[in-house]
Amino acid sequence: MSTRTIATLVAMALLAVLPPIFFYTGNAFWLDLATRLTILAIAAVSLNLILGYGGLVSFGHAAYVGLGAYAVGIPAYHWLYGGLESLGLATTSGLVQIPLAMVVCALFALVTGAICLRTKGVYFIMITMAFAQMVYYASVSIEEYGGDDGLVIDTRSELPGLNLDNPIQLFGLAYLSLVVAMLIVRMITRSRFGMVLRGAKGNAERVQMMGLNPYAYRLTAYVISGAMAGYAGALLGNFTTFISPEMMDWTRSGELMFMVILGGASTTGGPVLGAAAFIILEEVLSHFTIYWHLPFGLLLIAVVLFTRGGLMGFFRGRK
Amino acid sequence: MSILETKGLMKSFGGIRATDDLTLSVEQGELHAIIGPNGAGKTTLITQLCGTQMPDAGTIHFKGRDITALAPDKRARLGITRSFQITSLIPDMTVLENIALAVQAREGSSYRFIRAAAGIPAIRDRAMALLERVGLAEKAEIETRALSHGEHRHMEIAIALASRAELMLLDEPMAGLGPEESARMVDLLTELKGQHTIVLIEHDMDAVFALADRISVLVYGHIIATGDPASIRANKEVEAAYLGEEA
Ligand SMILES: Nc1ncnc2c1ncn2[C@@H]1O[C@H](COP(=O)(O)OP(=O)(O)OP(=O)(O)O)[C@@H](O)[C@H]1O
Ligand SMILES: [Mg+2]
Repeated sequence: MSTRTIATLVAMALLAVLPPIFFYTGNAFWLDLATRLTILAIAAVSLNLILGYGGLVSFGHAAYVGLGAYAVGIPAYHWLYGGLESLGLATTSGLVQIPLAMVVCALFALVTGAICLRTKGVYFIMITMAFAQMVYYASVSIEEYGGDDGLVIDTRSELPGLNLDNPIQLFGLAYLSLVVAMLIVRMITRSRFGMVLRGAKGNAERVQMMGLNPYAYRLTAYVISGAMAGYAGALLGNFTTFISPEMMDWTRSGELMFMVILGGASTTGGPVLGAAAFIILEEVLSHFTIYWHLPFGLLLIAVVLFTRGGLMGFFRGRK
Repeated sequence: MSILETKGLMKSFGGIRATDDLTLSVEQGELHAIIGPNGAGKTTLITQLCGTQMPDAGTIHFKGRDITALAPDKRARLGITRSFQITSLIPDMTVLENIALAVQAREGSSYRFIRAAAGIPAIRDRAMALLERVGLAEKAEIETRALSHGEHRHMEIAIALASRAELMLLDEPMAGLGPEESARMVDLLTELKGQHTIVLIEHDMDAVFALADRISVLVYGHIIATGDPASIRANKEVEAAYLGEEA
């Protein structure tokens, strides 16, 4: 077993064991932190599929997280205040909301990806960000769902056999989802599909000359990644019970990118380590000083510059 | 029977005519060498044949089918492969993964998400056999960027072979090779000759005259002569335009 695999397994074991301890010792604050971290780690894992393995620097991933959260909030809102019954979208059922989140995000990824992926480099970064900002401004302008002020989710998603109002159950769902997300990305990136995706990152012209069209494979990965981020968003909505456009701001997308790069892009565990380091550092530093953004930023830049391959770079062993 | 035919191909970059009314016919099974001075437009011709650049005018037919407007990946699927004058591999993948990707591209759909590619014996075995053939088997697990230039040149050939392409376009496979590596490459090409139709671009005249069935001479984007090695050697015009300056 490589040292990276061990590091990943240790991190996942800690993440499985600590939150229940927090819960049963009445440490609600730390349990909350662990849940948020776990949900953002799912979003980072989904981003890693395209950013790390696909080499596609998407600067708009928070839009998917936000859309996923709205896919929980809007049906819950109509369930309470009426409207959209005819579409079956006035509901608190997670079995409707979560698939809705994933389908909406998959479609958004398909439409915007079809356009973004025709560009390269800086243009790609800019256009993914532009599409995300479009969603941001759209959500600001829709008064019915709170506009700028955001939307309170009065009722969490109802799932059979689960009560998401119970914080340890919500954490449990997030944790299992993270494990599944990691396994899916791992499986995909090792498959024949994943080989094409990784090959196109290294040398797209060569891959095309082999008879494979990089565009089609990238678009597929883009859609998978978007749907996964939408799922993370649905969980986040359930966690915060509040959604606002601010969740989709470009700085949020930047944070997700940072988690991936900080932890180690194109590794299975990197995004999780990155999300953990990011959330914990942010928490700790903000305790010491209100001017925590500056040292935080400098620290992040130092890690990215001086560890080849992020935190996972520390665990560079035999493959 | 000719497998590849171009008619009146034109390509200009600004004021430079890189391809100028270029008409070429490559016979099935032959090794057709294209020689010409630096900047004659040899690489530009290859890029148009494989589809990464579109000609301004003219047509390209492959096995009787007009492929002038076809995308590169579609041409590859029809059976055209190329190697690059400037090595073009996937640097952050292992040697084996590079070849395996080329094998997998040829063997059915790559829209397969579940099984690990490395665990598919049919792909792995064929890729290893190809590495064996170009003498790189023991480097299989090494990251491609760590190999030498000569080894990269041999990987290019392995990838071309992986495609089982009927038509191989090889752009200076011996560029930058030492004498020993060059000799190995000539051996390899001798072996491939007859199994594939090959268009070979090469500056190494000894290799060209030893390997080629026919030679075309390209000067300023135009083919000034085509013929067997003996007739090209005897051609005064060619000598004036090209061979003369080497002597
Ligand atoms: N993309 C491009 N843009 C502008 N000019 C180009 C481009 N590609 C090639 N040229 C020009 O077209 C001419 C032919 O170039 P090409 O690379 O095809 O020559 P070549 O015969 O392959 O030369 P060499 O033997 O040096 O490889 C040259 O004058 C070159 O500068
Ligand atoms: Mg050239």
